[in-house]
Amino acid sequence: MTIRSILFGAAAAALLFAAPASAAEGGHDDRPARLSWSFAGPFGMYDTAQLQRGFKVFKEVCSSCHSANFFYFRNLVQPGGPRFSEAQAKQIAAEYQITDGPNDSGDMFQRPGRLSDHWPAPFPNDQAARASNGGALPPDMSVLAKARSYHVGFPGFVTDAFIQYQEHGVDYIHALLTGYAEPPEGVHVQSGLHYNKYFPGNQIAMPAPLSDGQVEYTDGTPQTVDQYATDVSAFLMWMAEPHLDARKRIGFQVVIFLIVLSGLLYFTKKKVWSKVPH
Amino acid sequence: MEGHSTYQPKSKVAQWFESRLPIVGLVHSSAIAYPVPKNLNYFWTFGAILSFMLVVQIVSGVVLAMHYVAYAPVSFARVEHIMRDVDYGWLIRYIHANGASMFFIAVYIHIFRGLYYGSYKAPREVLWILGVIIYLLMMATAFMGYVLPWGQMSFWGATVITNLFSAIPVVGEVIVQWLWGGYSVGDPTLNRFFALHYLLPFMIAGVVGLHIWALHHVGQNNPDGIDVKSVSKDTVPFTPYATLKDVFATCVFLLFFCWFIFYIPNYLGHSDNYIPANPMSTPAHIVPEWYFLPFYAILRSIPDKLGGVLAMFAAIAVLAFLPWLDTSKVRSARYRPMYRIFFWIFAVVAVGLGYLGSQPSEGIYVIVSRIFTVYYFVHFLIILPLLGFVEKPKPLPASIADAVLARHAKGGATVVAGAAAPETK
Repeated sequence: MTIRSILFGAAAAALLFAAPASAAEGGHDDRPARLSWSFAGPFGMYDTAQLQRGFKVFKEVCSSCHSANFFYFRNLVQPGGPRFSEAQAKQIAAEYQITDGPNDSGDMFQRPGRLSDHWPAPFPNDQAARASNGGALPPDMSVLAKARSYHVGFPGFVTDAFIQYQEHGVDYIHALLTGYAEPPEGVHVQSGLHYNKYFPGNQIAMPAPLSDGQVEYTDGTPQTVDQYATDVSAFLMWMAEPHLDARKRIGFQVVIFLIVLSGLLYFTKKKVWSKVPH
Repeated sequence: MEGHSTYQPKSKVAQWFESRLPIVGLVHSSAIAYPVPKNLNYFWTFGAILSFMLVVQIVSGVVLAMHYVAYAPVSFARVEHIMRDVDYGWLIRYIHANGASMFFIAVYIHIFRGLYYGSYKAPREVLWILGVIIYLLMMATAFMGYVLPWGQMSFWGATVITNLFSAIPVVGEVIVQWLWGGYSVGDPTLNRFFALHYLLPFMIAGVVGLHIWALHHVGQNNPDGIDVKSVSKDTVPFTPYATLKDVFATCVFLLFFCWFIFYIPNYLGHSDNYIPANPMSTPAHIVPEWYFLPFYAILRSIPDKLGGVLAMFAAIAVLAFLPWLDTSKVRSARYRPMYRIFFWIFAVVAVGLGYLGSQPSEGIYVIVSRIFTVYYFVHFLIILPLLGFVEKPKPLPASIADAVLARHAKGGATVVAGAAAPETK
């Protein structure tokens, strides 16, 4: 297997892929901008303050239509998250009334939320959600940031593996939230739908959810749509991947260990084989 | 596995045991004394890497099964429960999900190594066919495993693939309903796929045992593709030589694996599989996992459904006949100047089919897919049988020891002519 034959193979593959890939790019929707997220890259970690701001946007805006059934109040306290104190989280949970039961007399009853409750859904079932939203179902937000993506194509999808780009979902959500615009000339938007530059097909049932100054930030962060969109996207990423901090931290430890072990093994192997021509 | 052992138990207890069950001698002869050609390169470490990956998949899979529930209304949530609430559940699941891909990366390198160095030729035909069977079992296992998280791609992938069987004339519909356990993919399908997904890895382990047995019976092929003439001059004992090299290579492979587990765990998956399965909503593009894409491209390139299914299965089945389709007496592509070129063309075509399988079935993609599909079969059914007659191989070295010495004399370049008389086996 000579270097020459490998190069030949690589060149042939490059030629082969380049032609159809570039042919397919024409007429594509706008691509979401790649933001610089605190949790991107090998040492990425969530920004606690950003998650707290994002949680506020989620709580006051998104959660009035979207459920988040895998998200529990206790998650607000856990390491690698928004790091609310236990007292704060309990207070947040207690703001909601949860249906529990049946009690000893067989009746369902309402009680304040606890840490062990999941985030209460705004609608009792999908049908009720559709009925209140013009027939469209607001998707559950628990893993939404991993359930959304956008087309990258060749060669981007290959280089993404090397630069560890995994933020397709958050970048898409941020782009979607800031992508509402007047439809271009000649584009007819169906009634009940709204024009969005990034939504597949460009017509989305959700009206623009954010407006400047809508959510109050107490830490001096600008109260703009773009800032809200960035913060809530980061929060949704955390909700979808709550153990990201631990994953990257442990990953670094494992990689360092394996590099050292590989080095030791390599020199041991070299020593053992040194007397044998091979 | 037999014949090479010099194992002599020293203690009375060990002698008593060995005369009743010679298992220590078996391990000694197959993992310590077993002679390994001394000219093997790092492509020969993938057997060990694959064995390691099988263990990784079985161990992580057994732990996942302790937390998973195969019941359509809850399976998606159970997987999220593993990801969120089980201690290190995210790690175990990402190991298992990416481990499947690593398993296939390793097996494709292993297969292409066999293709390049002619490892399928006599006396290794049965060894090769056992490998093809393992590959088939791996594909079945991986396919059913992908269904278990019960996301959109799980559901629709299962629907597309099981529907292929409906192309079989007369009994197709009945077979598909029998596979589903109903009139569509649903809870009974999920449940039986889980049962089979747990069973098949142990069948793989069994066939791997046969694969290794056959390997140790006939001995390993090597980059020069010539037989071992003298055990003392041409080979080294498995331990410590091959063992250390395998452990080192496995460790480097683990580093590659860790890149995916810890930094890009969802890179090889599809985002749609984080949407719960919904029979009422079809995803825009149904794409199988990357390791099936070349065969998916072949399936779609044939305009007829039954023809496509037959072509897809034939693309795998043709591998089993490879030992008889390749008529050349020379094994290694090192000494086959024409085959070497065709090998690389084939490799490009195979990777190209993979790319085409990921693209929508329209326009230029369809035309290129058809050309590549035809070439895939032409390579096996026309080029390889003819090449044995047309090609003039380079002279083979007299022995592995000679080949090694000649390479050292030339400073590491490929041996062009052996010092001794050319041998055409």
